[in-house]
Amino acid sequence: MNDSLTNRNEGCELDIDWVMSQSANTSAIERRAATLGTRRSIKKAHQAAWLLKAISCIDLTTLSGDDTAGRVKRLCAKGIHPIRPDLTRALGMDGLHVGAICVYHEMIETAIAALGNSGIPVAAVSTGFPAGLSPFKTRLLGAKEINIVISRRHVLTQNWQELFNEVKAFRSACGDAHLKTILATGELGSLRNVARASMVCMMAGADFIKTSTGKESINATLGTSIVMVRAIREYWEKTGFKVGYKPAGGISKAKDALVYLSLIKEELGNDWMDASLFRFGASSLLGDIERQLEHYLTGNYSANYRHPLG
Amino acid sequence: MQIKSIFDKMDYGEAPESAREAQNWLKNHNYTFGNFINGKWKQCEDHFNTVNPANDQVLAKIGQSSPSDIDSAVKAARDAQKKWSKESDHARSRILYAIARLLQKNSRLFSVLETLDNGKPIRESRDIDIPLAQRHFYYHAGMAQLMQAELPKRSPIGVCGQIIPWNFPLLMLSWKIAPAIAMGNAVVLKPAEYTSLTALLFAEICTSAGVPNGLINIVTGDGKVGEMIVGHKDINKIAFTGSTEVGKLIRERTAGSGKYLTLELGGKSPFVVFDDADLDSAVEGVVDAIWFNQGQVCCAGSRLLVHEAISEKFYNKLRNRMKNLRLGSPLDKSIDMGAIIDKKQHKKISGMVSQTQGKVFQAGSPLPQEGCFFPPTLITDLHTADPLMHEEIFGPVLVSTTFRTPSEAIELSNNTTFGLAASIWSENINLCLELAPKIKAGVIWINGTNMFDAAAGFGGVKQSGFGREGGWEGLLAYSKPKNQFSPKIKSTPVKNQISKTDYIDRTAKLYIGGKQCRPDSGYSQSIVDHNGKPVTQVPLSNRKDIRNAVEAMNSAKNWSHSTAHLRAQILYYMAENLSARKAEFANTLQALTGRSDAQTEVEQSIQRLFFYAAWSDKFDGSARSVPLKAIALVMKEAIGNCGVLCDNQYPLLGFISVMAPLFATGNRSIIIPSETFSPIVTDFYQVLDTSDVPPGTINILTGKHADLAIELAGHMDIESVWSFSPSDVSRDIEKASVSNLKRTWVNNGCGRDWNSEEGFGREFLENATENKTIWIPYGE
Repeated sequence: MNDSLTNRNEGCELDIDWVMSQSANTSAIERRAATLGTRRSIKKAHQAAWLLKAISCIDLTTLSGDDTAGRVKRLCAKGIHPIRPDLTRALGMDGLHVGAICVYHEMIETAIAALGNSGIPVAAVSTGFPAGLSPFKTRLLGAKEINIVISRRHVLTQNWQELFNEVKAFRSACGDAHLKTILATGELGSLRNVARASMVCMMAGADFIKTSTGKESINATLGTSIVMVRAIREYWEKTGFKVGYKPAGGISKAKDALVYLSLIKEELGNDWMDASLFRFGASSLLGDIERQLEHYLTGNYSANYRHPLG
Repeated sequence: MQIKSIFDKMDYGEAPESAREAQNWLKNHNYTFGNFINGKWKQCEDHFNTVNPANDQVLAKIGQSSPSDIDSAVKAARDAQKKWSKESDHARSRILYAIARLLQKNSRLFSVLETLDNGKPIRESRDIDIPLAQRHFYYHAGMAQLMQAELPKRSPIGVCGQIIPWNFPLLMLSWKIAPAIAMGNAVVLKPAEYTSLTALLFAEICTSAGVPNGLINIVTGDGKVGEMIVGHKDINKIAFTGSTEVGKLIRERTAGSGKYLTLELGGKSPFVVFDDADLDSAVEGVVDAIWFNQGQVCCAGSRLLVHEAISEKFYNKLRNRMKNLRLGSPLDKSIDMGAIIDKKQHKKISGMVSQTQGKVFQAGSPLPQEGCFFPPTLITDLHTADPLMHEEIFGPVLVSTTFRTPSEAIELSNNTTFGLAASIWSENINLCLELAPKIKAGVIWINGTNMFDAAAGFGGVKQSGFGREGGWEGLLAYSKPKNQFSPKIKSTPVKNQISKTDYIDRTAKLYIGGKQCRPDSGYSQSIVDHNGKPVTQVPLSNRKDIRNAVEAMNSAKNWSHSTAHLRAQILYYMAENLSARKAEFANTLQALTGRSDAQTEVEQSIQRLFFYAAWSDKFDGSARSVPLKAIALVMKEAIGNCGVLCDNQYPLLGFISVMAPLFATGNRSIIIPSETFSPIVTDFYQVLDTSDVPPGTINILTGKHADLAIELAGHMDIESVWSFSPSDVSRDIEKASVSNLKRTWVNNGCGRDWNSEEGFGREFLENATENKTIWIPYGE
């Protein structure tokens, strides 16, 4: 599932013409977003399988000032066994785990130890999170994925060269670890800027582009996602590199997860419906999916307390 | 095990909507339906099957109406209308509101039934058809409530015969019935043969909503029943939505009958993509334009025009998108396209596609084993001469060619006999708003497509028909001016005591392209004064003079895009110049007509020029409140080339009263003055010459009304003909107008008192303009 370490985006030269040719008609994109969920309906066994897929793509995250080793260990345990063992068995999905555990740098070693040989990578969020303005300084410490926030001012001032340089520097500092660039799309002012920033990040070698830290006032939206995945598609068509996509923040319902997955299927295709190229940055999504899965198996609606806390 | 395999494949499963309630409804009716007449079900002797096109199964038996069924429906409507038109606005409004509520409460039953009968995806009937139908009744509940206050000079037309198509059965029903009953009319509606079921369910709703018996009658059957309605003597208005072919037949059949007529017909609407468009969004626009309702949409964006520089890129994106389109059971909530309405239609589509010279690409998920399905199809590399670029396919088939410049895009867009809708895609709003007025169509969507709302009028120009549905303009189709036509105007001149004739013979010619010229025929006609004494001769125009005048009008096309201020200034100037020669015109008028009120007529003519000069920059369009993040602008546009035959009554005022509104609204016109008193109009050439009237905007041809009427009405480059002629030409005009389905406004033998309120006002301005709805979505 996580062959992401092998296929990386090597990036390309900064092509300003290509960047500037990116357009995004907000109104048309909003209309597309509004019908994504009504054009596709995923029910019964398909719904269960799709929700399990969503689990496999979750970056289970804790990024709080009050994180402790105990808290991180519990989260890792949840990542290894995201749903109750009886449900996993009934669904025939033994071995299912989340896409990654996402923590601050201070917790990387704790998380790696707790995850053992589960195969789940640790994703770290670089310092200065979420403001993204503090000087880039990171210690990898065995993290397989590094999340960084771009400097939004480069986008707002259309200083594409600076943005490109910045992401390139991040990329080389990451070494073998995959680079997820957080665009903080809610602060970029327009969908056109989102498209252009996405393109620059990919040219600079981002392995994933990600909407937000989850801590801005506007997080992932379907409209933003449409723009970003279309940029990924265009980049792939032109360079042959598959860049991953990670919407983060605000996706808390199983139903939303299905819409996101069908968006990925429609716009990018099945290759991207895998943890190697798609992740949810979500904290409360898993709980809702667990309840839906129990409903699928029993026919009765479930309750929170029936599922182990993460 | 199964879950794991779906997990690995990540495909879509089936998500069927249950048809149980709809099936129960059919069963409760014993799978057999009659007509709904005078509030009661009336069984028919003959029946035909209505079939689910997705699986060929018979859903029910539908009644085939007989002439006596239509008679009783019309009679019931007539009786009901008398009472209904006397009901208060509020009382009518409440009934429409009740219908809207009941449509909402039963929305799923309507949606499922529509999908079963028509084959369209449940997503569309659930999210588009039925909600829009509800919205139409809510909106018109408001119009009923406001009628007296806002439309004090309009009255109901009477009994309306309405014939609707199978592509949007309930939605088209609501577009027809809501404005009709809101304005105080009664209706006899015939649903399409293939799709009668939701209209019959609607009939039940009417009973629950408290609709008075006879106000809404639903009669079912095939085209023969449609003919019975069209030909029925006691029906005042026909409203038809369907093919251009049938629309033309209806125009011919109703010619001279005095029936009001609105037609919403076919299209071959351009979908224009510029190089700076958001191409991915434009691709999605194409999906909504041509693969919505299997492309069986009159305003489908079926003619893709792509900027040459990006055409291959765009086609590739489009082909990739097409691969993801899912075809299947229309009740499946996860499909994009359902079934084609009928095998006949399927055969027509595949026949047209199989004969094309273009490059055909077909994609989408595999076609279902049974039922009537056709894959999404893109045909590129087509020349403008290819029949597929002109003929309406009415299926999921998109044809395409490229353009180089904005002006070429406009030319290609207008290179069609249709004029229903157009989509324009560019991130440059300047460019979009340059094209919007120049593309000949009733509806323009900028960076969008197939947007509809009850508040924004819908309808076509050219051979896409006439009349609007929705908005204030839609009410014009279901109401008439209270003071229209006085049948009892005397046409004999008033004799008076004037004995001296001081008319000086002048050499009158024709007025074409701003110049006086001799008639092609070389013949003239004698004009006599009121004493029967010959005073002069005027030229006899023929079809070649009309041809020349049309060419002059075409050279003056820019006039329609001139400023309203300029048009007002010229009309004021005409008034000024006429005023300076008041005495002379009064003298001539008196000499010709023998009327003692000649001076008043000249004075009235000057006032009338002022009146339309005043209106010129005030007959505005409006911005409509639509439930979308968009502005819908309804613009008043010139119709184009117009021809008018003038009345004998008040020969100068009658001429000014038709010339001025056409001129004020930016039309180019050919005016045929009163046959008897034409010299008063040929004298007016000098006023035109001295008033800065642009050449070709006003052309005047003298001659025989009976001959010229048919030539005007038959000319395919004239878009509208009015007749106030005392000659019996109304029928001929309406009949000959079929050549290009031009708009007509004829007097049917009635007179008009030009010296009263009948002679001027909004009615003239409305008839001189088309309403174009321009949708401008916004957002950043």
